[in-house]
Amino acid sequence: MRVVAALSGGVDSAVAAARLVDAGHDVTGVHLALAEKRYAGGGRGCCTLEDVHDARRAADVLGIPFYVWDFAQRFQETVLDDFLAEYSAGRTPNPCVSCNQHIKFAAVLERAQALGFDAVGTGHYAQLVSGPDGVELHRAVDPDKDQSYVLAVLDQAQLRRSLFPLGDSRKEHVRQEAARRGLLVADKPDSHDICFIPDGDTRGFLRERLGLGDGPIVDTESGRTLGQHSGAAGYTIGQRRGLFLEQPAADGRARYVVDVDVPSNTVFVGPPTRLRVGGLRVDRLRWTAMPVASADVLVQIRAHAQPVPGHLDGDAVVLREELSGVAAGQIAVFYDGTRVLGSGRIASTTPWSERALG
Amino acid sequence: MVHYLDHAATTPLRPQALAAMQAQWGQVGNPSSLHTAGRQARRVVEESREQIAALIGAKPADVIFTSGGTEADNLAVKGLARNSQRRRVLVSAVEHHAVLDPANALAEEGKIVELIPVDALGRVDVSALEQMLDDDVALVAIMWANNEVGTIQPVAEVAGLCAARGVPFHTDAVQALGQIDLDLSDIPSVALSAHKVGGPVGVGALVLDRDLAVRPLVHGGGQERDVRSGTLDTAGIAGFAAALAADKPDLAPLRDALVDGVLRVVPDAILNGDPVDRLANNAHFSFPGCPGDALLMLLDAAGVAVSTGSACTAGIPQPSHVLLAMGADESVARSSLRFSLGWNSAPEDVDALLSALPAAVERARRAGGL
Repeated sequence: MRVVAALSGGVDSAVAAARLVDAGHDVTGVHLALAEKRYAGGGRGCCTLEDVHDARRAADVLGIPFYVWDFAQRFQETVLDDFLAEYSAGRTPNPCVSCNQHIKFAAVLERAQALGFDAVGTGHYAQLVSGPDGVELHRAVDPDKDQSYVLAVLDQAQLRRSLFPLGDSRKEHVRQEAARRGLLVADKPDSHDICFIPDGDTRGFLRERLGLGDGPIVDTESGRTLGQHSGAAGYTIGQRRGLFLEQPAADGRARYVVDVDVPSNTVFVGPPTRLRVGGLRVDRLRWTAMPVASADVLVQIRAHAQPVPGHLDGDAVVLREELSGVAAGQIAVFYDGTRVLGSGRIASTTPWSERALG
Repeated sequence: MVHYLDHAATTPLRPQALAAMQAQWGQVGNPSSLHTAGRQARRVVEESREQIAALIGAKPADVIFTSGGTEADNLAVKGLARNSQRRRVLVSAVEHHAVLDPANALAEEGKIVELIPVDALGRVDVSALEQMLDDDVALVAIMWANNEVGTIQPVAEVAGLCAARGVPFHTDAVQALGQIDLDLSDIPSVALSAHKVGGPVGVGALVLDRDLAVRPLVHGGGQERDVRSGTLDTAGIAGFAAALAADKPDLAPLRDALVDGVLRVVPDAILNGDPVDRLANNAHFSFPGCPGDALLMLLDAAGVAVSTGSACTAGIPQPSHVLLAMGADESVARSSLRFSLGWNSAPEDVDALLSALPAAVERARRAGGL
């Protein structure tokens, strides 16, 4: 097959590309320029030059052609605008999921196909397995690195054109393999931050972009204002640290962020019991293969959260174990064992105390 | 087999240049040393200087060797402007970044940098320049020929205009050298590069009138007229002279065949730049609806090396400032490719392009994204 290997400049995508070459594919390395011009060091705007350099050197080592594809505008119009719109609506988005859905396995895949490629391969840790209703998306072998969660928005057409060569490997082996292959990025640290917020200050980014000022932190139990925050967007449900309450709650117990209202720029805090969730309602449902109307599933609400059992029925999920700190906008991913069935965006939650088991 | 159609980026080393450099690499001797070995090296440098000067109609004493065209442009633009009390610096809107970026640096130092407009063919508007000239202009810089679209500028006319007004004039002749018979006798400041004519990368020259005072960029031993310091690259300079002295084929017939062929196989392609007053080795087209970078990749895969004209260091195609200055919209500016010929180009190179191009255009158009 003719394959585009997305080369981020990191170790995983480099080894993934190497394995695609070994598998006999005709591989072309492509680095995606997604960043805005504010990363530029000089007059002409560019992306993170170090990552481009590392990606280029990996392609050199593998002996494959290398190009940079500029998707900065598309990234801005989909992932970044969605990120800001979700936060302004009081939801907590996952931009990596959004990027996979709109950029890596949509814009890039479309361009690759138009230019005569058959598939896009990435360094994601997830497994693709042939099954009775097509290609199945499964968790990676390495539970610490499993990225099936951020790929759960891919549909069958996207999965059929995707290759994840690292799904059967553990991270430490991938690093060893990179060193063995002479890839200079073998020791490069993993990236954890949101790529377009390189300093990791999500709240500062949102404050600037959404034009937010200071606002009150209000206790749901007493209705009293306990302190000030520096812009409601960016506070996460379940968050306890960094609130800097000026006075303790009346009952003297710890307070957690239980709700964020961006339109009124208010952060609500409450006792931990307020965080216990027993049910979800989701929208934007997407399925990796056949739609699922009703099933017992495992539900995972963050990239590295523990999945909990529940029952999915239409757009409603009744949980059999409680979840804590669930924010609207997060992606709920539904698993059958290790297999990803699909995903939905959390629209609302119901308290654990009110759950009605069918 | 690679069909190399990017000679304007760099062209293969001429065998004569290689031989001249090989003759020097084994020798010891700093051209500034006073002993026999030093004098031997100095003799090679000075003979090369005289040979280069003779080939371009300049005085040997005006030739200041540099590390390349970019340094020569920087030395002229910054060196002349910084040496002047006058505040305004006029540069054409289609200059290479080797001129634009030093001009921008001057703007940060308090100079007033203004762009001289060009017409739809990329030719500077001389009457606009005439209007812009006054007693406060420290420098005018207009390239001899454009590196992207190949348009040759009315350099002699501009030089005369500037001389009449007492304004120093600099021209970047990096693309023109070897393509046009240059006569620099009436041009006060000219930047040249060796590797564009089949010499080595890392050697260039500023050909500067002795009576023009310039402030140095690089201080040190003062080797070149006290204007440029650094040990002279004897071998590289010998290679530069040998490459420039080598016979130059007339590339216009092959270039015309390329242009005719492209317009035949892609009828809606648009030839950019001046159709007549253009470099003999340059053809530059817009392919409506085709992202230039996709076209480049597809041609590369077919063994044909071309250029989108401008890319930043990361390899991301930027819409060309040259085409934008010529009035093209951004999507046209992103859909352009430059094909450039050189001393060893052959009809087979053009044939390879013409056979790969239609399918590549069709595919790139499907990829869209403009």
